[in-house]
Amino acid sequence: MQLIPCPWCGPREEVEFHYGGQAHVDYPAEPAALSDEEWAKFVFFRDNPRGPFAERWSHAAGCRRWFNAVRDTRSYELLAVYRPGQERPVTT
Amino acid sequence: MPAQTNLPDHPSFLWRNPDPAKSYDVVVVGGGGHGLATAYYLAAVHGITNVAVLEKGWLAGGNMARNTTIIRSNYLWDESSGIYEHALKLWEGLEAELDYPILFDQRGVLNLAHSLQDVRDSVRRVNANRLNGIDAEWLDADAVKEVCPIVNVSPEVRYPVLGATYQPRAGIAKHDYVAWGYASAADRLGVDLIQNCEVTGIETTDGRVTGVNTTRGRIAAGRVALAASGHSSELAAMAGVELPVQSHPLQALVSELLEPVHPTVVMSNAVHVYVSQAHKGELVMGAGIDNYNGYGQRGSFHIIERQMSAAMELFPIFARAHLLRTWAGIVDVSPDASPIIGLTPVDGLYLNCGWGTGGFKATPGVGDCFAHTIANDKPHPYNEPFTLERFTTGALVDEHGAAAVAH
Ligand SMILES: [Zn+2]
Repeated sequence: MQLIPCPWCGPREEVEFHYGGQAHVDYPAEPAALSDEEWAKFVFFRDNPRGPFAERWSHAAGCRRWFNAVRDTRSYELLAVYRPGQERPVTT
Repeated sequence: MPAQTNLPDHPSFLWRNPDPAKSYDVVVVGGGGHGLATAYYLAAVHGITNVAVLEKGWLAGGNMARNTTIIRSNYLWDESSGIYEHALKLWEGLEAELDYPILFDQRGVLNLAHSLQDVRDSVRRVNANRLNGIDAEWLDADAVKEVCPIVNVSPEVRYPVLGATYQPRAGIAKHDYVAWGYASAADRLGVDLIQNCEVTGIETTDGRVTGVNTTRGRIAAGRVALAASGHSSELAAMAGVELPVQSHPLQALVSELLEPVHPTVVMSNAVHVYVSQAHKGELVMGAGIDNYNGYGQRGSFHIIERQMSAAMELFPIFARAHLLRTWAGIVDVSPDASPIIGLTPVDGLYLNCGWGTGGFKATPGVGDCFAHTIANDKPHPYNEPFTLERFTTGALVDEHGAAAVAH
Protein backbone atom coordinates (compact mmCIF):
# COMPACT_ATOMS: atom_id res chain seq x y z
CA MET A 1 0.00 0.00 0.00
CA GLN A 2 1.13 3.51 -0.79
CA LEU A 3 2.54 5.43 2.20
CA ILE A 4 1.65 9.10 2.40
CA PRO A 5 3.96 11.25 4.54
CA CYS A 6 1.66 13.39 6.68
CA PRO A 7 3.64 16.56 7.50
CA TRP A 8 2.65 16.17 11.17
CA CYS A 9 2.62 12.39 11.70
CA GLY A 10 5.07 11.01 9.16
CA PRO A 11 4.41 8.18 6.74
CA ARG A 12 1.04 6.46 7.15
CA GLU A 13 -0.95 4.08 4.98
CA GLU A 14 -3.03 5.61 2.21
CA VAL A 15 -6.32 4.27 3.67
CA GLU A 16 -5.96 6.76 6.56
CA PHE A 17 -6.25 9.70 4.19
CA HIS A 18 -9.06 11.53 2.46
CA TYR A 19 -8.53 13.21 -0.89
CA GLY A 20 -9.45 16.87 -1.28
CA GLY A 21 -8.72 17.72 -4.92
CA GLN A 22 -6.78 20.68 -6.27
CA ALA A 23 -4.93 22.87 -3.75
CA HIS A 24 -4.56 26.64 -3.73
CA VAL A 25 -8.09 27.40 -4.96
CA ASP A 26 -8.97 30.56 -3.06
CA TYR A 27 -12.52 31.61 -2.28
CA PRO A 28 -13.30 34.67 -4.41
CA ALA A 29 -12.22 37.89 -2.68
CA GLU A 30 -15.31 39.73 -3.91
CA PRO A 31 -18.01 37.09 -4.41
CA ALA A 32 -20.69 39.63 -5.36
CA ALA A 33 -18.55 40.94 -8.22
CA LEU A 34 -18.24 37.58 -10.02
CA SER A 35 -19.88 36.91 -13.37
CA ASP A 36 -21.64 33.60 -14.05
CA GLU A 37 -18.57 32.47 -16.02
CA GLU A 38 -16.28 33.27 -13.10
CA TRP A 39 -18.56 31.43 -10.66
CA ALA A 40 -18.60 28.42 -12.99
CA LYS A 41 -14.79 28.44 -13.05
CA PHE A 42 -14.60 28.63 -9.26
CA VAL A 43 -17.25 25.99 -8.56
CA PHE A 44 -16.78 23.42 -11.33
CA PHE A 45 -13.45 23.84 -13.14
CA ARG A 46 -10.24 22.39 -11.70
CA ASP A 47 -6.87 21.64 -13.23
CA ASN A 48 -6.53 18.06 -14.41
CA PRO A 49 -2.85 17.66 -15.33
CA ARG A 50 -1.10 14.50 -16.37
CA GLY A 51 2.00 15.01 -14.24
CA PRO A 52 2.74 16.94 -11.03
CA PHE A 53 -0.44 18.20 -9.35
CA ALA A 54 -0.73 20.28 -6.16
CA GLU A 55 -3.62 18.84 -4.21
CA ARG A 56 -5.17 18.68 -0.77
CA TRP A 57 -5.22 15.68 1.52
CA SER A 58 -6.67 15.21 4.99
CA HIS A 59 -5.20 12.72 7.46
CA ALA A 60 -8.76 11.69 8.28
CA ALA A 61 -8.01 8.60 10.39
CA GLY A 62 -4.96 10.13 12.07
CA CYS A 63 -4.36 13.70 13.20
CA ARG A 64 -7.39 14.88 11.16
CA ARG A 65 -5.42 17.82 9.77
CA TRP A 66 -5.37 19.01 6.17
CA PHE A 67 -2.19 19.46 4.20
CA ASN A 68 -1.05 19.89 0.62
CA ALA A 69 0.93 17.54 -1.56
CA VAL A 70 2.49 17.61 -4.99
CA ARG A 71 1.84 14.22 -6.56
CA ASP A 72 2.57 12.95 -10.03
CA THR A 73 -0.74 11.77 -11.49
CA ARG A 74 1.04 9.38 -13.86
CA SER A 75 3.11 7.44 -11.33
CA TYR A 76 1.16 8.48 -8.16
CA GLU A 77 4.54 9.31 -6.60
CA LEU A 78 4.38 11.97 -3.88
CA LEU A 79 6.95 14.58 -4.78
CA ALA A 80 6.40 16.86 -1.76
CA VAL A 81 4.08 17.41 1.19
CA TYR A 82 3.66 20.77 2.93
CA ARG A 83 1.46 22.47 5.47
CA PRO A 84 -1.39 24.85 4.65
CA GLY A 85 -0.18 28.40 4.19
CA GLN A 86 3.15 27.30 2.78
CA GLU A 87 4.12 27.94 -0.82
CA ARG A 88 4.05 25.07 -3.28
CA PRO A 89 7.59 23.66 -3.19
CA VAL A 90 9.59 23.41 -6.39
CA THR A 91 9.63 19.80 -7.56
CA THR A 92 11.38 18.29 -10.52
CA MET B 1 -3.04 -36.83 -35.20
CA PRO B 2 -1.44 -33.39 -34.81
CA ALA B 3 -3.82 -31.03 -33.08
CA GLN B 4 -3.16 -28.16 -35.46
CA THR B 5 -5.05 -29.86 -38.29
CA ASN B 6 -8.20 -28.70 -36.54
CA LEU B 7 -7.14 -25.10 -36.14
CA PRO B 8 -9.17 -22.55 -38.09
CA ASP B 9 -7.55 -20.40 -40.76
CA HIS B 10 -6.05 -17.11 -39.70
CA PRO B 11 -8.97 -14.67 -39.60
CA SER B 12 -9.06 -12.06 -42.33
CA PHE B 13 -8.15 -8.52 -41.34
CA LEU B 14 -11.14 -6.46 -40.23
CA TRP B 15 -9.82 -3.12 -41.44
CA ARG B 16 -7.07 -1.61 -43.57
CA ASN B 17 -4.19 0.02 -41.74
CA PRO B 18 -3.64 3.13 -43.85
CA ASP B 19 -1.09 5.91 -43.45
CA PRO B 20 -2.70 9.24 -42.65
CA ALA B 21 -3.72 11.37 -45.64
CA LYS B 22 -2.81 15.08 -45.76
CA SER B 23 -6.34 16.18 -45.01
CA TYR B 24 -9.77 14.98 -43.93
CA ASP B 25 -13.23 16.50 -43.67
CA VAL B 26 -13.50 15.16 -40.12
CA VAL B 27 -10.78 13.95 -37.77
CA VAL B 28 -12.03 11.98 -34.79
CA VAL B 29 -9.48 11.88 -31.96
CA GLY B 30 -9.73 8.65 -30.00
CA GLY B 31 -10.15 5.16 -31.45
CA GLY B 32 -12.26 3.72 -28.65
CA GLY B 33 -15.88 2.70 -28.84
CA HIS B 34 -17.22 6.26 -28.98
CA GLY B 35 -14.76 7.42 -31.65
CA LEU B 36 -15.30 4.36 -33.83
CA ALA B 37 -19.08 4.55 -33.51
CA THR B 38 -19.01 8.27 -34.31
CA ALA B 39 -16.98 7.64 -37.46
CA TYR B 40 -19.31 4.83 -38.49
CA TYR B 41 -22.47 6.96 -38.16
CA LEU B 42 -20.78 9.93 -39.89
CA ALA B 43 -20.23 7.67 -42.88
CA ALA B 44 -23.36 5.50 -42.72
CA VAL B 45 -25.99 8.11 -41.79
CA HIS B 46 -24.53 11.40 -43.02
CA GLY B 47 -22.51 10.25 -46.02
CA ILE B 48 -19.34 11.88 -44.64
CA THR B 49 -16.69 9.32 -45.52
CA ASN B 50 -13.51 11.43 -45.77
CA VAL B 51 -12.94 10.73 -42.09
CA ALA B 52 -9.96 9.62 -40.01
CA VAL B 53 -10.02 8.15 -36.53
CA LEU B 54 -6.69 8.86 -34.82
CA GLU B 55 -5.69 6.53 -32.01
CA LYS B 56 -2.49 7.00 -30.01
CA GLY B 57 -2.27 3.32 -29.15
CA TRP B 58 -4.20 0.48 -30.73
CA LEU B 59 -7.89 0.53 -31.54
CA ALA B 60 -10.15 0.08 -28.53
CA GLY B 61 -7.23 -0.53 -26.16
CA GLY B 62 -8.21 2.08 -23.57
CA ASN B 63 -11.47 2.11 -21.64
CA MET B 64 -13.18 0.11 -24.40
CA ALA B 65 -10.96 -2.82 -23.40
CA ARG B 66 -11.33 -2.17 -19.68
CA ASN B 67 -15.02 -1.66 -18.92
CA THR B 68 -17.39 -4.21 -17.42
CA THR B 69 -19.67 -4.20 -20.51
CA ILE B 70 -22.90 -3.42 -18.67
CA ILE B 71 -25.69 -1.95 -20.78
CA ARG B 72 -28.82 -0.38 -19.26
CA SER B 73 -30.94 2.75 -19.63
CA ASN B 74 -32.62 3.04 -16.22
CA TYR B 75 -31.41 6.56 -15.41
CA LEU B 76 -33.49 8.95 -13.34
CA TRP B 77 -33.68 12.18 -15.30
CA ASP B 78 -35.48 12.63 -18.62
CA GLU B 79 -32.32 13.94 -20.30
CA SER B 80 -30.29 10.87 -19.33
CA SER B 81 -32.97 8.32 -20.03
CA GLY B 82 -33.38 9.93 -23.46
CA ILE B 83 -29.84 9.31 -24.62
CA TYR B 84 -29.31 5.99 -22.80
CA GLU B 85 -32.61 4.54 -24.05
CA HIS B 86 -31.74 5.74 -27.55
CA ALA B 87 -28.51 3.78 -27.15
CA LEU B 88 -30.30 0.69 -25.85
CA LYS B 89 -32.67 0.68 -28.84
CA LEU B 90 -29.65 0.88 -31.15
CA TRP B 91 -27.97 -1.97 -29.22
CA GLU B 92 -31.05 -4.09 -29.90
CA GLY B 93 -30.46 -3.82 -33.66
CA LEU B 94 -26.69 -3.48 -33.70
CA GLU B 95 -25.65 -6.97 -34.79
CA ALA B 96 -27.80 -6.65 -37.89
CA GLU B 97 -26.69 -3.05 -38.49
CA LEU B 98 -22.98 -3.87 -38.34
CA ASP B 99 -23.31 -7.39 -39.73
CA TYR B 100 -21.02 -8.53 -36.94
CA PRO B 101 -21.65 -10.66 -33.83
CA ILE B 102 -21.40 -8.61 -30.62
CA LEU B 103 -22.86 -11.15 -28.14
CA PHE B 104 -25.45 -8.64 -26.97
CA ASP B 105 -27.32 -10.50 -24.27
CA GLN B 106 -30.37 -8.94 -22.58
CA ARG B 107 -30.07 -10.85 -19.34
CA GLY B 108 -31.36 -7.98 -17.20
CA VAL B 109 -29.75 -5.77 -14.56
CA LEU B 110 -30.55 -5.65 -10.85
CA ASN B 111 -29.65 -2.46 -8.96
CA LEU B 112 -29.73 -3.44 -5.28
CA ALA B 113 -31.16 -1.33 -2.47
CA HIS B 114 -29.61 -1.73 0.99
CA SER B 115 -31.27 0.98 3.07
CA LEU B 116 -34.64 2.67 3.41
CA GLN B 117 -33.28 5.65 1.46
CA ASP B 118 -32.03 3.32 -1.28
CA VAL B 119 -35.52 1.79 -1.45
CA ARG B 120 -37.22 5.15 -1.78
CA ASP B 121 -34.75 6.37 -4.42
CA SER B 122 -35.07 3.11 -6.33
CA VAL B 123 -38.88 3.13 -6.39
CA ARG B 124 -38.80 6.74 -7.50
CA ARG B 125 -36.42 5.82 -10.31
CA VAL B 126 -38.63 2.89 -11.39
CA ASN B 127 -41.58 5.27 -11.64
CA ALA B 128 -39.53 7.84 -13.56
CA ASN B 129 -38.29 5.13 -15.94
CA ARG B 130 -41.83 3.90 -16.62
CA LEU B 131 -43.02 7.44 -17.39
CA ASN B 132 -40.22 7.55 -19.97
CA GLY B 133 -41.27 4.24 -21.52
CA ILE B 134 -38.31 2.33 -20.08
CA ASP B 135 -38.87 -1.17 -18.72
CA ALA B 136 -38.38 -1.10 -14.96
CA GLU B 137 -39.67 -3.04 -12.02
CA TRP B 138 -39.26 -2.88 -8.27
CA LEU B 139 -38.48 -6.31 -6.80
CA ASP B 140 -38.53 -7.24 -3.11
CA ALA B 141 -35.76 -9.42 -1.69
CA ASP B 142 -37.56 -12.70 -2.46
CA ALA B 143 -38.10 -11.65 -6.06
CA VAL B 144 -34.41 -10.68 -6.29
CA LYS B 145 -33.57 -14.20 -5.19
CA GLU B 146 -35.78 -15.61 -7.94
CA VAL B 147 -34.02 -13.60 -10.64
CA CYS B 148 -30.56 -14.27 -9.24
CA PRO B 149 -30.51 -17.28 -6.87
CA ILE B 150 -26.86 -16.79 -5.85
CA VAL B 151 -27.46 -13.37 -4.22
CA ASN B 152 -27.38 -13.53 -0.44
CA VAL B 153 -30.62 -11.89 0.73
CA SER B 154 -30.17 -12.82 4.40
CA PRO B 155 -31.08 -9.99 6.80
CA GLU B 156 -28.04 -10.98 8.88
CA VAL B 157 -25.43 -9.19 6.76
CA ARG B 158 -23.96 -5.72 7.20
CA TYR B 159 -25.80 -4.29 4.18
CA PRO B 160 -28.88 -6.47 3.73
CA VAL B 161 -30.59 -6.60 0.34
CA LEU B 162 -33.97 -4.94 0.81
CA GLY B 163 -34.90 -5.22 -2.84
CA ALA B 164 -33.75 -4.07 -6.25
CA THR B 165 -34.80 -2.31 -9.39
CA TYR B 166 -34.84 -4.62 -12.38
CA GLN B 167 -34.51 -3.72 -16.03
CA PRO B 168 -35.09 -6.90 -18.07
CA ARG B 169 -33.92 -5.35 -21.38
CA ALA B 170 -30.56 -4.42 -19.90
CA GLY B 171 -27.58 -6.74 -20.23
CA ILE B 172 -24.04 -7.07 -21.52
CA ALA B 173 -22.19 -7.26 -24.84
CA LYS B 174 -18.71 -8.36 -25.84
CA HIS B 175 -16.80 -5.07 -25.75
CA ASP B 176 -14.02 -6.06 -28.16
CA TYR B 177 -16.50 -7.35 -30.72
CA VAL B 178 -18.47 -4.09 -30.49
CA ALA B 179 -15.32 -2.12 -31.28
CA TRP B 180 -14.29 -4.47 -34.09
CA GLY B 181 -17.80 -4.39 -35.54
CA TYR B 182 -17.83 -0.60 -35.68
CA ALA B 183 -14.22 -0.44 -36.90
CA SER B 184 -14.80 -2.92 -39.67
CA ALA B 185 -18.07 -1.31 -40.80
CA ALA B 186 -16.52 2.18 -40.75
CA ASP B 187 -13.50 0.94 -42.68
CA ARG B 188 -15.73 -0.59 -45.36
CA LEU B 189 -17.40 2.82 -45.79
CA GLY B 190 -14.00 4.44 -46.40
CA VAL B 191 -13.05 5.74 -42.94
CA ASP B 192 -9.28 5.64 -42.26
CA LEU B 193 -8.50 4.07 -38.90
CA ILE B 194 -5.02 5.26 -37.97
CA GLN B 195 -3.28 3.68 -35.01
CA ASN B 196 -0.10 4.70 -33.18
CA CYS B 197 -0.95 8.28 -34.03
CA GLU B 198 -1.02 10.60 -31.03
CA VAL B 199 -2.40 14.11 -31.36
CA THR B 200 0.15 16.59 -30.02
CA GLY B 201 -1.53 19.85 -31.00
CA ILE B 202 -4.76 21.30 -32.36
CA GLU B 203 -4.41 24.10 -34.90
CA THR B 204 -6.85 26.97 -35.01
CA THR B 205 -7.03 30.06 -37.21
CA ASP B 206 -9.34 32.96 -36.33
CA GLY B 207 -11.26 30.82 -33.85
CA ARG B 208 -11.74 27.94 -36.26
CA VAL B 209 -10.06 24.56 -36.16
CA THR B 210 -7.83 23.84 -39.18
CA GLY B 211 -5.98 20.66 -38.34
CA VAL B 212 -4.09 18.58 -35.85
CA ASN B 213 -0.41 17.90 -35.28
CA THR B 214 0.37 14.28 -34.58
CA THR B 215 3.27 11.94 -34.00
CA ARG B 216 2.72 10.97 -37.65
CA GLY B 217 2.76 14.50 -39.01
CA ARG B 218 0.33 17.34 -39.55
CA ILE B 219 -3.17 16.47 -40.70
CA ALA B 220 -5.51 19.18 -41.97
CA ALA B 221 -9.09 18.86 -40.83
CA GLY B 222 -12.34 20.65 -41.56
CA ARG B 223 -13.73 19.49 -38.26
CA VAL B 224 -12.16 17.83 -35.24
CA ALA B 225 -14.14 15.69 -32.83
CA LEU B 226 -12.68 14.72 -29.46
CA ALA B 227 -13.61 11.34 -28.00
CA ALA B 228 -10.70 10.61 -25.69
CA SER B 229 -12.32 9.98 -22.28
CA GLY B 230 -9.65 10.33 -19.55
CA HIS B 231 -7.36 12.36 -21.81
CA SER B 232 -10.00 14.92 -22.83
CA SER B 233 -8.65 17.70 -20.57
CA GLU B 234 -5.21 17.54 -22.16
CA LEU B 235 -6.61 17.49 -25.69
CA ALA B 236 -9.10 20.30 -25.20
CA ALA B 237 -6.37 22.42 -23.62
CA MET B 238 -4.47 22.17 -26.94
CA ALA B 239 -7.28 24.26 -28.42
CA GLY B 240 -7.50 26.55 -25.39
CA VAL B 241 -10.70 24.95 -24.07
CA GLU B 242 -10.95 24.23 -20.35
CA LEU B 243 -13.09 21.32 -19.21
CA PRO B 244 -14.82 20.72 -15.86
CA VAL B 245 -13.70 17.08 -15.68
CA GLN B 246 -11.27 15.22 -13.49
CA SER B 247 -9.50 12.03 -14.56
CA HIS B 248 -9.61 9.12 -12.14
CA PRO B 249 -8.61 5.46 -12.23
CA LEU B 250 -11.58 3.07 -12.33
CA GLN B 251 -10.69 -0.50 -11.44
CA ALA B 252 -12.17 -3.84 -12.42
CA LEU B 253 -11.16 -7.47 -12.19
CA VAL B 254 -11.99 -10.93 -13.48
CA SER B 255 -11.97 -14.37 -11.93
CA GLU B 256 -10.79 -17.56 -13.57
CA LEU B 257 -13.29 -19.20 -15.95
CA LEU B 258 -16.21 -20.85 -14.14
CA GLU B 259 -19.31 -22.81 -15.04
CA PRO B 260 -22.36 -20.57 -15.56
CA VAL B 261 -23.58 -19.53 -12.09
CA HIS B 262 -24.70 -15.94 -12.52
CA PRO B 263 -27.72 -15.43 -14.79
CA THR B 264 -28.01 -11.64 -14.74
CA VAL B 265 -26.07 -8.47 -13.83
CA VAL B 266 -26.04 -7.25 -10.24
CA MET B 267 -25.01 -3.74 -9.27
CA SER B 268 -24.79 -2.25 -5.83
CA ASN B 269 -24.20 1.44 -5.53
CA ALA B 270 -23.98 1.33 -1.73
CA VAL B 271 -21.22 -1.24 -1.46
CA HIS B 272 -19.51 -0.31 -4.74
CA VAL B 273 -19.50 -3.50 -6.70
CA TYR B 274 -21.11 -4.69 -9.90
CA VAL B 275 -20.92 -8.24 -11.11
CA SER B 276 -21.76 -10.26 -14.18
CA GLN B 277 -20.44 -13.44 -15.74
CA ALA B 278 -18.94 -13.10 -19.18
CA HIS B 279 -19.91 -15.52 -21.95
CA LYS B 280 -16.57 -17.26 -21.64
CA GLY B 281 -17.21 -17.88 -17.91
CA GLU B 282 -15.15 -15.37 -15.95
CA LEU B 283 -16.83 -13.30 -13.27
CA VAL B 284 -16.41 -9.64 -14.19
CA MET B 285 -16.49 -7.20 -11.27
CA GLY B 286 -16.17 -3.46 -11.26
CA ALA B 287 -15.34 -1.15 -8.38
CA GLY B 288 -15.94 2.51 -7.69
CA ILE B 289 -13.38 5.07 -8.83
CA ASP B 290 -10.22 5.74 -6.88
CA ASN B 291 -10.70 9.10 -5.19
CA TYR B 292 -7.50 10.74 -6.36
CA ASN B 293 -6.85 12.10 -9.84
CA GLY B 294 -4.79 9.64 -11.80
CA TYR B 295 -3.62 8.85 -15.31
CA GLY B 296 -1.83 5.60 -14.50
CA GLN B 297 -4.00 2.71 -15.67
CA ARG B 298 -3.98 1.23 -12.20
CA GLY B 299 -5.41 2.10 -8.81
CA SER B 300 -5.00 1.44 -5.11
CA PHE B 301 -5.22 -2.09 -3.79
CA HIS B 302 -7.57 -1.26 -0.92
CA ILE B 303 -10.26 -0.37 -3.48
CA ILE B 304 -10.05 -3.92 -4.84
CA GLU B 305 -10.02 -5.30 -1.30
CA ARG B 306 -13.22 -3.47 -0.35
CA GLN B 307 -14.88 -4.37 -3.61
CA MET B 308 -14.07 -8.05 -3.02
CA SER B 309 -15.37 -7.96 0.55
CA ALA B 310 -18.63 -6.47 -0.75
CA ALA B 311 -18.80 -9.15 -3.45
CA MET B 312 -18.16 -11.90 -0.90
CA GLU B 313 -21.02 -10.73 1.28
CA LEU B 314 -23.44 -10.51 -1.65
CA PHE B 315 -22.24 -13.74 -3.31
CA PRO B 316 -20.86 -16.19 -0.72
CA ILE B 317 -20.57 -18.75 -3.54
CA PHE B 318 -17.63 -16.74 -4.97
CA ALA B 319 -15.50 -17.29 -1.87
CA ARG B 320 -13.26 -19.91 -3.46
CA ALA B 321 -13.03 -18.41 -6.93
CA HIS B 322 -9.55 -17.32 -7.93
CA LEU B 323 -8.83 -13.79 -9.01
CA LEU B 324 -7.21 -13.78 -12.43
CA ARG B 325 -6.24 -10.16 -12.98
CA THR B 326 -7.11 -6.58 -12.08
CA TRP B 327 -6.68 -3.39 -14.09
CA ALA B 328 -7.89 0.19 -14.35
CA GLY B 329 -9.05 2.57 -17.02
CA ILE B 330 -8.88 6.36 -16.83
CA VAL B 331 -12.32 7.90 -16.64
CA ASP B 332 -13.18 11.59 -16.93
CA VAL B 333 -15.71 12.46 -14.26
CA SER B 334 -17.86 15.55 -14.63
CA PRO B 335 -19.35 17.55 -11.73
CA ASP B 336 -22.92 16.29 -12.27
CA ALA B 337 -21.97 12.73 -13.34
CA SER B 338 -23.41 13.42 -16.80
CA PRO B 339 -21.53 13.62 -20.08
CA ILE B 340 -20.56 16.70 -22.07
CA ILE B 341 -21.42 16.32 -25.76
CA GLY B 342 -21.60 19.15 -28.22
CA LEU B 343 -20.06 22.31 -29.61
CA THR B 344 -17.13 24.21 -28.10
CA PRO B 345 -16.06 27.89 -28.21
CA VAL B 346 -13.81 26.89 -31.17
CA ASP B 347 -15.64 26.57 -34.50
CA GLY B 348 -15.39 23.10 -35.95
CA LEU B 349 -14.21 21.55 -32.68
CA TYR B 350 -16.65 19.13 -31.05
CA LEU B 351 -16.54 17.58 -27.65
CA ASN B 352 -17.61 14.22 -26.28
CA CYS B 353 -16.32 13.61 -22.77
CA GLY B 354 -17.30 13.44 -19.11
CA TRP B 355 -18.86 9.98 -19.34
CA GLY B 356 -17.09 8.97 -16.16
CA THR B 357 -17.89 5.39 -15.29
CA GLY B 358 -20.76 4.95 -17.74
CA GLY B 359 -19.55 5.38 -21.30
CA PHE B 360 -19.68 1.86 -22.71
CA LYS B 361 -23.46 1.44 -22.50
CA ALA B 362 -23.94 4.66 -24.45
CA THR B 363 -21.64 3.71 -27.34
CA PRO B 364 -24.21 3.43 -30.17
CA GLY B 365 -26.31 6.31 -28.86
CA VAL B 366 -23.47 8.74 -28.45
CA GLY B 367 -21.94 7.67 -31.76
CA ASP B 368 -25.22 8.48 -33.51
CA CYS B 369 -25.81 11.77 -31.66
CA PHE B 370 -22.20 12.97 -31.84
CA ALA B 371 -22.08 12.24 -35.58
CA HIS B 372 -25.29 14.25 -35.98
CA THR B 373 -23.75 17.11 -33.97
CA ILE B 374 -20.60 17.14 -36.13
CA ALA B 375 -22.45 16.79 -39.45
CA ASN B 376 -24.97 19.55 -38.70
CA ASP B 377 -22.86 21.78 -36.43
CA LYS B 378 -25.80 21.50 -34.08
CA PRO B 379 -26.61 19.07 -31.26
CA HIS B 380 -28.97 16.17 -31.75
CA PRO B 381 -32.05 16.58 -29.48
CA TYR B 382 -30.75 13.76 -27.27
CA ASN B 383 -27.47 15.51 -26.51
CA GLU B 384 -28.81 19.06 -26.45
CA PRO B 385 -29.03 19.09 -22.62
CA PHE B 386 -25.42 17.96 -22.25
CA THR B 387 -23.65 21.17 -23.22
CA LEU B 388 -20.45 22.57 -21.79
CA GLU B 389 -22.41 25.78 -21.04
CA ARG B 390 -24.60 24.05 -18.47
CA PHE B 391 -21.88 24.53 -15.85
CA THR B 392 -22.28 28.29 -16.34
CA THR B 393 -26.06 28.43 -16.65
CA GLY B 394 -26.59 25.94 -13.82
CA ALA B 395 -28.81 23.61 -15.89
CA LEU B 396 -27.06 20.51 -14.55
CA VAL B 397 -28.26 16.95 -15.14
CA ASP B 398 -27.49 15.64 -11.68
CA GLU B 399 -27.17 11.89 -11.92
CA HIS B 400 -25.00 11.48 -8.79
CA GLY B 401 -26.51 8.51 -7.02
CA ALA B 402 -29.88 9.19 -8.60
CA ALA B 403 -29.10 6.90 -11.52
CA ALA B 404 -27.75 3.99 -9.53
CA VAL B 405 -24.40 5.01 -10.97
CA ALA B 406 -21.69 3.16 -9.16
CA HIS B 407 -19.20 5.90 -8.39
ZN1 LIG C 1 -1.37 13.33 10.41
